[in-house]
Amino acid sequence: MIDLSWAIDPVYIATIFFFIIGLQRMSHPLTARSGIVWAGAAMFIATLVTFLTPNLTNFSLMAIGIVIGGGFGYIVAKRVAMTDMPQMIALFNGMGGGAAAGISAVVLLGTTSAITGSLAVVGGLIGAVSFSGSIIAFLKLQGWMRPRPITFPGQQVVNMAVLALAIVSGVLVIWQPSWIPLTIAMYLLLFFVLSLGYGFLMTLPIGGADMPVVISMYNAFTGLAVALDGFSIAPPNYAMVVAGIIVGAAGSLLTLQMARAMNRSISNVFFGAFGATEEKGMQIQGSMKSIEVDDVAVMLAYANKVIIAPGYGMAVAQAQQKVKELTDLLDSKSVQVKFAIHPVAGRMPGHMNVLLAEAGVAYDYLFDRDEVNPEFPSTDVVLVIGANDVVNPAAHRQGSPLFGMPILDVEHAKNVIVLKRGQGKGFAGIENDLFYRDNTRMLYGDAQETVGKLVLALKKL
Amino acid sequence: MTDVITLWTAVYIAMLAAFTGYVVISRVPVILHTPLMSGSNFIHGIVLVGAMVALGLATTPLEQIIGFIAVILGAANVTGGYVVTERILQMFDRSGKKPGKRS
Repeated sequence: MIDLSWAIDPVYIATIFFFIIGLQRMSHPLTARSGIVWAGAAMFIATLVTFLTPNLTNFSLMAIGIVIGGGFGYIVAKRVAMTDMPQMIALFNGMGGGAAAGISAVVLLGTTSAITGSLAVVGGLIGAVSFSGSIIAFLKLQGWMRPRPITFPGQQVVNMAVLALAIVSGVLVIWQPSWIPLTIAMYLLLFFVLSLGYGFLMTLPIGGADMPVVISMYNAFTGLAVALDGFSIAPPNYAMVVAGIIVGAAGSLLTLQMARAMNRSISNVFFGAFGATEEKGMQIQGSMKSIEVDDVAVMLAYANKVIIAPGYGMAVAQAQQKVKELTDLLDSKSVQVKFAIHPVAGRMPGHMNVLLAEAGVAYDYLFDRDEVNPEFPSTDVVLVIGANDVVNPAAHRQGSPLFGMPILDVEHAKNVIVLKRGQGKGFAGIENDLFYRDNTRMLYGDAQETVGKLVLALKKL
Repeated sequence: MTDVITLWTAVYIAMLAAFTGYVVISRVPVILHTPLMSGSNFIHGIVLVGAMVALGLATTPLEQIIGFIAVILGAANVTGGYVVTERILQMFDRSGKKPGKRS
């Protein structure tokens, strides 16, 4: 066979180049779509050229593994609903972390120097934490596990102890002192069980509302683990190193930006057990007042300015298409319509923008929190569609667990109509006194159905 | 000796790559945070090539089993990450649709 292994490095360099171009294109709305295609093409050629690596065996296992894993990823990702995308990111990120941990294990089972061995241990630890942590995040978002924070006394101490033990066992993997009669495989088993355990324990106390930040951080973790593995395998794989570090850096920055959008610090996200405790001594005055669809239709038809504040409820009910119809109808009645988009409405930053774009709502209808907040006092009707925590005035009150989170100040509008399925609490598990205000009316029911009825009622007017 | 040289080279590479990742992401509108997270999730799918090499060089059954699982997980990261990102970004494609224009 002709030796084509000289082609590997040039192709890997091209791969990295296209990855960077792809990421750069993905960071602008107009070119975003082409960005992933560039990155995808680069990944494809990188995978093909890897088969040319000298001295490889087990080609049939490789091909079977790619078909199984690739087929699984493709089918699952194609079939899930758009609303479930966040947990899909968590799931596939976890798998990447698991692969990184696996590579570390194989590297450590072979012969390594102290330096490459140490890099493999750190990569393995981070990869394993990212794996089990992402899986918990996936289970919580998917609803297969209670999304509320799970806490127990002395939790932080236990977590730190497990992490410390994982690090100690990692040191033993490299050191293998002769006075302990354990084989390398047993050290590795201990090391990975502890590392996986730490990822699991670390994610338990984190509430569902903070999951986007957590997933983003595990995404950065996986990137870092991939980079460390790239250094530790022989020969070093610089495509992994560079791509991994780019993801690690970009992911870290993204994590900070997301946390900032929610006005939470990273340590608060991880150690705050957000939403686990109820605010004490708070009494809500008033009662929830419901309203009928026809009354809302009249209110909207004779308003000058309407602002729609969508949230996760709209995504769950798949109501965006109906909301678009409602917008067009109000437009035709020359009612000014705007959308107030909270950066973390839904389960992911940008979730609402994506769904509304899907339904065909033009970009110039959408406004950021900071742009739209001064407009609420001059607004006749605010329609809150399935949003809760992002419009909770408790964020302005000291002592509330939400205190300090920038919210949409919908309570300043003349009328607030809240579309809601039932009387439950938001994702953060905190009572919302907006619902009890005098200018607030509750419109109960499935968002898609209710907005559909609103459209019909408006047409009749 | 070689280890020492590679270590410093590695630090150079790591520093430049980290800077690249930082710069590429630093001016991104909030609406692209989710697709970008998904896109970078796809990019660390490059772990697949490492898993392939690890499996290809594996000699003992234990190494082969772990390498095989790593290839499966890596391949799922690649295809799943791509499809999810593609589906999210599809919605930013305006050519096929007629979005409402403000009059």
